[in-house]
Amino acid sequence: MKKLILTTILLIIFSGIVSAQGKFFTRTGSIRFYSETPVENIEAVNTQASSIFDTDNGDIVLSVQMIGFEFEKALMQEHFNENYVESEKFPKSTFKGRIVDYDQSIFSGASKAEVTVEGELTIHGVTKNIQTVATVQKTDDKIQAHAEFEVKVADYNIKIPNAVINNIAESILVTVDLNMEPYNK
Amino acid sequence: MPFLIALLIIVFSYGTIQAQDDLLDLLEEETSTDSEPSFTYATFKGTRIINGQSVENTAGGNLNFVIQHRFGKINDGWYEFFGLDQASIRLGLEYGVSDRLNIGIGRSSYLKTFDGYLKFKILRQSTGARKMPLTMSIYSNAAITSMKWSEPERENYFSSRMTFATSLLLARKFSNAFSLQLTPSYVHRNLVDTKEDQNDVFAVGIGGRIKISNRVSINGEYFYQLPGTNADKTYNSVALSVDIETGGHVFQIMATNSRGMIDQQFIANTTGDVTNGDIYFGFNISRIFTLKKK
Repeated sequence: MKKLILTTILLIIFSGIVSAQGKFFTRTGSIRFYSETPVENIEAVNTQASSIFDTDNGDIVLSVQMIGFEFEKALMQEHFNENYVESEKFPKSTFKGRIVDYDQSIFSGASKAEVTVEGELTIHGVTKNIQTVATVQKTDDKIQAHAEFEVKVADYNIKIPNAVINNIAESILVTVDLNMEPYNK
Repeated sequence: MPFLIALLIIVFSYGTIQAQDDLLDLLEEETSTDSEPSFTYATFKGTRIINGQSVENTAGGNLNFVIQHRFGKINDGWYEFFGLDQASIRLGLEYGVSDRLNIGIGRSSYLKTFDGYLKFKILRQSTGARKMPLTMSIYSNAAITSMKWSEPERENYFSSRMTFATSLLLARKFSNAFSLQLTPSYVHRNLVDTKEDQNDVFAVGIGGRIKISNRVSINGEYFYQLPGTNADKTYNSVALSVDIETGGHVFQIMATNSRGMIDQQFIANTTGDVTNGDIYFGFNISRIFTLKKK
């Protein structure tokens, strides 16, 4: 009995250590969004997204500062922060989710593996469940991940005034690119 | 024994439910330490609070076309349609050499004046890695009136046409809705009417805004002249406006006792007495053109 308890405790401790080794991390992830309308196309990029991916269970989280999105036009950037996503009120957008039917063997091959990711996306203080297809690949000691998905502006309670309703797409294409390194701590 | 198994099940299931939240907490922990300074933006909507300059700059590579318009006095009554029959206008161009440095030129119909100026942002209000409580800019202009000489028979110098104004702009965005600016200012006129008149006038401006929605704010502005003969002869400038922002435009609709739209005119030469109803309605429109994309 004592042995069992001891083994269990040791197992828990060790599983903790093992899972720490299985984490991958980046703070320079790229998140790009693209709004296409006949009037104008609007694009913005943020290269300071941070993310942790746990290879033991397929959990993945992302966090990005809204103020870090860079636009071609300074005025657009100001309006984005001030009027649309209200960056002072809602400074961060986050995603927490996991790879569906996760299996560590996806990293064994040299080729890209296609996976389904699902989880909760929080933008502008509104949380929605999303699901998307992503590709992941492990080369050397790094993991590259890529995903594209559509975000409906209205879903996240972002109001577009009538004056510019033709300039901003109802649905924004979001592209995520992560190049993750082992997380040591 | 069953107790132990139950405990283990609880521990492990708790673990999986919590895992993603823990992971997010870990991420927040990792990223909070090295964050860069986060600079405050949009302390005011426009580059002018109403008459006076705000700490906002036209962004680097952008050209701002500013149309400023003041009607006549409302107490002129029905015959002048409460001032709307008359108009005084200033057309201005303002270019962002960088996000910090602006250069501008303008022409006012009032006293047929040309003006040119520089505005430079010295400090930027920020939070995060570097904390700065306020934004500080310096603004300096020179103006030349091209009015015909009032006494052409005497010897007139070109330098007599020149006036100057310099201000320090100290602003803080206290919250998303409320910003306040202090504007210590110095006006110099090369030529004044009489010996008793001051060539140099000192004043302190205070201006602020309250946002009533994401696109609409109410602004107020007051310039207090330090005591002197000029302060006795003229009135302190006061103005109230509503700012409306639509895409690339900012509209400011205002009421003020100042007719002039450049600093030396409204700080040191405001002739309207508010208590007497000497109020001018007017508006500023600014339109941004992006010349250089980032």
